[in-house]
Amino acid sequence: MSSPRDDSPSPEPPHRVAVGRRVFLGLAVLGAAGVAFGASVSNFFGNALGSGLGGLLPGGDRFRIYSITGSYPKVSKEDYRLEVSGLVHHPRTFTLSDLQAMPATSFSKNFQCVTGWKVPDVAWEGVQLSHILETVGVKQGAVALTFESYDHADTESLSIDQAHLPDVIVAYKMLDAPVTTEHGGPVRLYVAPMFGYKSLKWLSAIRVVDRVQPGYWEQNGYPVNGWLDGTTGPTNPTPGLT
Amino acid sequence: MAIAQSTVQTSVRILRFDRVQRAAHWVNALLFAVLMVTAIPLYFGSLFGLVLARHDVEQVHLWTGLALPIPVIVSLLGPWGSRMRRDVRRINLWTRAELRWMRTLGETPLVADKFNPGQKLNAIFIGASIVVMLVTGSMLQWFRFFPVPWRQGATFVHDVFAFAVFIVVIGHVIMALTHRGSLRSMFSGWVSESWAARHAGAWLAEVRAKAEPSDR
Repeated sequence: MSSPRDDSPSPEPPHRVAVGRRVFLGLAVLGAAGVAFGASVSNFFGNALGSGLGGLLPGGDRFRIYSITGSYPKVSKEDYRLEVSGLVHHPRTFTLSDLQAMPATSFSKNFQCVTGWKVPDVAWEGVQLSHILETVGVKQGAVALTFESYDHADTESLSIDQAHLPDVIVAYKMLDAPVTTEHGGPVRLYVAPMFGYKSLKWLSAIRVVDRVQPGYWEQNGYPVNGWLDGTTGPTNPTPGLT
Repeated sequence: MAIAQSTVQTSVRILRFDRVQRAAHWVNALLFAVLMVTAIPLYFGSLFGLVLARHDVEQVHLWTGLALPIPVIVSLLGPWGSRMRRDVRRINLWTRAELRWMRTLGETPLVADKFNPGQKLNAIFIGASIVVMLVTGSMLQWFRFFPVPWRQGATFVHDVFAFAVFIVVIGHVIMALTHRGSLRSMFSGWVSESWAARHAGAWLAEVRAKAEPSDR
């Protein structure tokens, strides 16, 4: 490659701008601002568009479906059974119609995941857990409840006190319709004052026990008491209860 | 590789990317591909059902994401990274003509540098997105250290940047497939002098003036 230096290219215009650094830092600042204010921005979009259309937009509020196994347990309404046992006077197995025959509680609340996403104003209907516990009669020495899912993969726990909160329900309706399979139907737990992972899906068994047994997510590092405000309890106000 | 090359060849080759750069590019591309493929079922979980357990997909996404800065850092630092560093400097510094070219979306004439402004912007965006995705992704993984609004903000930013990454990467792949000379140089390292004259005239002039070593 011979390069005669006679007509060497006219020297670059001396003025160069550090565009790379500016764009790079600009994007980083944008990211940081998004972390700081993204909650309000995505709330605005989520509330303005609803979880339907919002679901198509990045950051729009919608459910993200988690299942810890590869599939969803499929249980028909007819075959559904909820077994309540352990430290109770009258162990009992409830069918879906048994639950629906009990006094219903309904309310709407934001569904808040511990990883940050949120779905505003989700309507729920079901039976207060406290009512079920009353029906079976909790024995002396009961400290906590263990919940199991239909596929036996997921477990959750609540203390007896937490289980008696008025907005902790065994839900059979969600978003004004029967709970769908992907949302944990036909029957799931809904623990309104706590992060979503406490609301076990595909609820199949409740055991009253003498100590708190951390559930699946707690064994994977989430707090046992998943209060929405991040405190360790004892209880939260329960707005929106009707 | 540093054997007498140019004099015996009829069409002169110029080294555009050395081995370090090519390796960094393809490792980075592989990591991006894995991240993008695993992102889809994580994002649209409800649409796709679940082929694998979500937990496994998450783990792949997490570890691939954590590995993301490695090719960039390793190729930039160390004695082997001189060409990489020089190209980063090129990508950073823009002439007035390049700015004008960008502003007019390519309508003004430009004797392009080694990379045209579009290519430079692509590299800058990918570099910034690595940082942003790594930080927000880590916030989602180790959420316990952050207040809930920040976690929600991090989810939002991770989503928006993911959306942008998909657009930019798809654009990048389309451009590569329609510009075979560029693509070939990312495999072999070399471009022909005529390619350089057509696509990177300013760089060719520098190479000829020996400002930039063309062989390695």
